[in-house]
Amino acid sequence: MNQIALNTAETSAGKGKGRIDVRNFSLSYETIDGSVEAVSDTQIHVNPGEFVSIVGPSGCGKSTLLNAVAGFLKPTTGIVTVDGEAVKGPSADRGMVFQQYSLFPWKTVRENVEFGMKMRGMDRSKRERAARTLLGLAGLEAFEKHYPDRLSGGMKQRVGIVRALATGPKVLLLDEPFGALDAQTRVIMQQILTNMWQRLKISVLFVTHDIDEAIFLSDRVYCMTARPGSIKAEIPIPLERPRQQSMMMSSEFLGLRRGLMSLIREESLKAMGGEITDLGMQGLSIELNGQSLADVL
Amino acid sequence: MSSPALARDPVEPNLVESTTVVPPKIEAKQPTITTPSPQGAAIGALAARWYRLNKDKLQATLIGTLSLVAFLIAWHLLTKYRVVFFVRFTNVPSPLAVYDSFTRAIHDPKFFLHVALSCRRILVGFSLAAVVAIPLGLVMGRFKRIHEMVFPVAEVLRPIPAIAWVPMAIMLWPTNEQSIVFITFLGSFFPILVNTLHGMSLVDPVLVRAARCLGAREASIFREVYFPASLPHIFTGLTVGMGVAWVSLIAAEMISGQYGIGYFTWEAYSLVQYPDIALGMIAIGLLGLASSLLIRAMGRFVMPWGRT
Ligand SMILES: Nc1ncnc2c1ncn2[C@@H]1O[C@H](COP(=O)(O)OP(=O)(O)O)[C@@H](O)[C@H]1O
Ligand SMILES: [Mg+2]
Repeated sequence: MNQIALNTAETSAGKGKGRIDVRNFSLSYETIDGSVEAVSDTQIHVNPGEFVSIVGPSGCGKSTLLNAVAGFLKPTTGIVTVDGEAVKGPSADRGMVFQQYSLFPWKTVRENVEFGMKMRGMDRSKRERAARTLLGLAGLEAFEKHYPDRLSGGMKQRVGIVRALATGPKVLLLDEPFGALDAQTRVIMQQILTNMWQRLKISVLFVTHDIDEAIFLSDRVYCMTARPGSIKAEIPIPLERPRQQSMMMSSEFLGLRRGLMSLIREESLKAMGGEITDLGMQGLSIELNGQSLADVL
Repeated sequence: MSSPALARDPVEPNLVESTTVVPPKIEAKQPTITTPSPQGAAIGALAARWYRLNKDKLQATLIGTLSLVAFLIAWHLLTKYRVVFFVRFTNVPSPLAVYDSFTRAIHDPKFFLHVALSCRRILVGFSLAAVVAIPLGLVMGRFKRIHEMVFPVAEVLRPIPAIAWVPMAIMLWPTNEQSIVFITFLGSFFPILVNTLHGMSLVDPVLVRAARCLGAREASIFREVYFPASLPHIFTGLTVGMGVAWVSLIAAEMISGQYGIGYFTWEAYSLVQYPDIALGMIAIGLLGLASSLLIRAMGRFVMPWGRT
């Protein structure tokens, strides 16, 4: 019985669909001071069933890019397509998980998970069963009747992920979903996300500023430049799956980490250096380019 | 061949079970029969535990009761000795006199008529205000154009106290009853509208985006996100509105009424029945308290996710 419910989520998600293409993309915000280019000339893609991360210094336009894929923002130039179809607005085909959890406080855990299915007009008993199964996968079946208010951050975000997956989307977009969690919880959440991703064979676009997280989770990592953000590097992660926590100590992992770290550090310094020279503190910005201070950062 | 085997099989486990189950039963019974004192101790422990958990509440109740008693004693002494110290207590009825008039009033159907009529006016005026102001506030909060159209008018009318509407209301409505209900409506209308608007302006945009990502259309977002998200503020508006409704009602009844608890209080003054003044005031206070408790209870029922 539960298997049936799971299958609906699996079949509607699977079928090798969910290719994201972002071509010649740029996006500017209109402000009083004129237009501010947040993302410039960017190309990325996610293959069906692939797990891709975007890392970059804060303010480089990661959320902007992700929100454009979700359909909340229109590109200034370029195009975003999913399975060849241009993205025109938000849709249940593209599930999204937010850093601020964004669960509906007036709905119980199960009602939150059922929301997307309810919007699709699925009948009550069917969606109840599907929600239970998915909550079970995330180890949350005991909390189905709780209000989000009473859950820990990790549990809330598990509900957020389950809710986004419950409509059987083609792709899952996550914007620093574990940024507000403590280190131990984050590790568990990464494991849970990996499990669900493998189970549902869905494409994932994952935004984070945590390099370890990006390497541990992804098949491929895009590294963005400081604002206006564009793709600085694309790094395949050839680590075999299933991945264990212990792999984070392997020389392969550490090598990837070192490479990404230096790319990001360069961009972070560029971003901060800009701010510091703005303040007229030239001397400090020169020192900042030195290795010792950069290490402190 | 097979049937005796089948017959024997279910019997044997039963025998085994009964032999193994019985001794523990006896063991379990013995302590409960022979020693009732642990049970008493358990109840005692439970009571102690309950006391510890509710200590603060008990203390608050005790202090509250004491302060009420102190108030009554002060009132009694001030009126008994007819204290004149800036304020004159010469004609103020004593608590006992008010109690006397209370015992008379509860046998007087006319008193109940006053109370019932006031309650009906509140019910009609307040309900109409809620039915108009809540949807209006929701729609105004959602659609900028409607907000731009309605808001200036609302802002001009809002500072006018409902009591100032009394002459206008008498002109507008054919009967006194209608004009009093209208005053009550006006009194509660603006607090409900303003708070609903406030609630709408505080709806977390991330929740709206989350709903969009899950396939919600405009109508569903309104029903499933904006409305429940604004509910706490709507209930704040209802509570405030209920208070203002009573204020407006009593004033209107005193000015233009023929019945109602406000009229009863004013009439008592005209007829020099001073204890009835205090009785009317206390009745008004209790009715106001009861109606705000009612709204609080409704809020809790409608919003089970709230912490309060
Ligand atoms: N609504 C907005 N109006 C103007 N500028 C914005 C707006 N949103 C974001 N920005 C700017 O665009 C840049 C990229 O923002 P964002 O995509 O949120 O970065 P990230 O998620 O990588 O931290 C930032 O410098 C930010 O200040
Ligand atoms: Mg961001």
